[in-house]
Amino acid sequence: MSVTSVVDVRRVFQIGDVQTHALRGVTLDIERGEFAALVGPSGSGKTTLLQLIGLLDQPTSGKVFIDGRDATGLNRDQRADLRKGTIGFIFQFFALIPTLTAAENVELPLLLSGVDSSQRRARVDEMLAAVDLMDRAHHRPDQLSGGQQQRVAVARALAPNPSLILADEPTANLDTDNGRQVMEIMQRLNQTTGVTFVFATHDPRVIQYARRVVTLRDGLIVEEKVAPATIGKTR
Amino acid sequence: MIQTLKMAWRNLGRNRRRSLLSSLAVSFGAALLLLMAAVLRGEMRGAIQNTIRLQSGHLQIRALSYDENKVSLAWEDLIAGPDAVIQQLSAIPQVKTATPRLIASGILTLGDQSRGVQVVGIDPDSPANQVFRSGILAGSFLDAGDREGILVGRPLAENFGLQPGDQVSVLVNTSDGTVDEQLFAVRGVYSTNTSAYDEGTVFMPLAKAQTFSRAQDHASSIFILLREQEQAEAVAAAIQSQAYQVLTWQSMNELIVQTEEFAGAYMVILYFIVLGITATVVTNTLVMAVFERTREIGILSALGMKGRQIMAGFLAEAGLLATGGVIGGLLLGGLAVAYFARYGFYIGDFGMTGILLGDTIYAYLTAQDALSLSAATYIITLAAAFYPASLAARLEPAEALHAH
Repeated sequence: MSVTSVVDVRRVFQIGDVQTHALRGVTLDIERGEFAALVGPSGSGKTTLLQLIGLLDQPTSGKVFIDGRDATGLNRDQRADLRKGTIGFIFQFFALIPTLTAAENVELPLLLSGVDSSQRRARVDEMLAAVDLMDRAHHRPDQLSGGQQQRVAVARALAPNPSLILADEPTANLDTDNGRQVMEIMQRLNQTTGVTFVFATHDPRVIQYARRVVTLRDGLIVEEKVAPATIGKTR
Repeated sequence: MIQTLKMAWRNLGRNRRRSLLSSLAVSFGAALLLLMAAVLRGEMRGAIQNTIRLQSGHLQIRALSYDENKVSLAWEDLIAGPDAVIQQLSAIPQVKTATPRLIASGILTLGDQSRGVQVVGIDPDSPANQVFRSGILAGSFLDAGDREGILVGRPLAENFGLQPGDQVSVLVNTSDGTVDEQLFAVRGVYSTNTSAYDEGTVFMPLAKAQTFSRAQDHASSIFILLREQEQAEAVAAAIQSQAYQVLTWQSMNELIVQTEEFAGAYMVILYFIVLGITATVVTNTLVMAVFERTREIGILSALGMKGRQIMAGFLAEAGLLATGGVIGGLLLGGLAVAYFARYGFYIGDFGMTGILLGDTIYAYLTAQDALSLSAATYIITLAAAFYPASLAARLEPAEALHAH
């Protein structure tokens, strides 16, 4: 069953008199449990597609489905509600709230979902342990390295137990070792929890983790490739 | 709610100096409001107290036909045998003291200088006139049996260059419609610290005034002070009679009451100006915070935070700024009010027709004023946060995430 699908989505940005066609009619199904990469050069539409799937933006035309539900016509609050329980995000720029500790950052989506405090604490501990950051639970982002911050972001994305995690260039600001660590954690969590990962990247070292690679160019999907032989064996 | 406040507190802590300055702006605004209200309240309260202790008393008994503005001395406009009425009043427990006064229009002349004055005949031994006795600056107070002595106020003495012992001519209207003139010796110079009153009021013993104006044993009014100001209406009702009119301090000082109401309305405009400036500072602070934290707002939105929750976060920051500001304002304003309540605010010879302003205003802050102005400051500060908060709430997550 598809965890998300987009049908003939187009996204046109209007800046002054200039129209930019970021997506020109993309149709894509992402199945539950996938570990898929959206690849392509800068400006190919990867981030735009992720944002549409993540309900952070709305398509100019076409439809977006989340868990079989048509999310195209939802208003801002309805989209926020749907995101909260279903979709986790990992961003290129780490995207932690600087005034909160690592544990509080992980706790934040649980708070928004109304999880009670004892369950929150248990889940935060579980997630921080999963990314091997229990000893940094009470550190603020500025006291963590880039790799640690991104691992906290992974823990935060996974905390509310979403069915889909979207990662936009998750290793772009990390060195090779930290990038590898983050990808291995994501891969492990995908395999152990079954959560679906879709990540945008143009880094060949990251692409090789994917079991499915979707290539975009100029706002269109130009190639789709399944790579079952590399699952969990490449590293 | 607690989590929202916790995040708001930490967000304010990111730029401590800016948050502190914003909170201080609220504090200064609140303090200014409290001081302005206390000065106005003190001014009006002082004017009423001055008028009560010098001129109107808490109650006055007058003849039915007596017209204060005409200062009539015709017998039918006066109270005959006031001592009998005072004796009856002395049996009323709420009455602190009652004393007759005879008021005549007159002219005081020294050489080629002259000035219209109100000649007031008083019982020098009455506790009601202690205010004049204790205000003697030079010379001595009057004796009941004195037939040639008067008291003049400091401004009058200064204008005429009078000293105790100097002789002046006083001319008064009389009960039979004529005038009479006599030389008097200045026994003393008094001050009530109320220039408008002191410069136009001359005292002489009641018996002398009655003889001089041919009023015999009549008085213009019986001046009554009560133990409690609030008892005026009740006592007035109790002593009401068909033989004379009983006036309360409220009815005799309608001008002050109206002036206080007008001044209160005028002050509301000033309050809004002060609060408007304060609100601008708060709005500016939070707008800057929204621009600085646009990407974070995008992240929160991506995590599922709704627009109204984002808005609540910024309103919580404003609420904390307002709380700190109001507490600081109460402290600052309280200190300023306490200082001016003790040492006063000297305004000198600032006269208003019909209102006896003292030369010093003593600030007076009521709990109701403090509460209502603090609440107004809090509400306006919160209202000032609505624009930046709604700005944050309206940000599109995708656009916000691209902010730098």
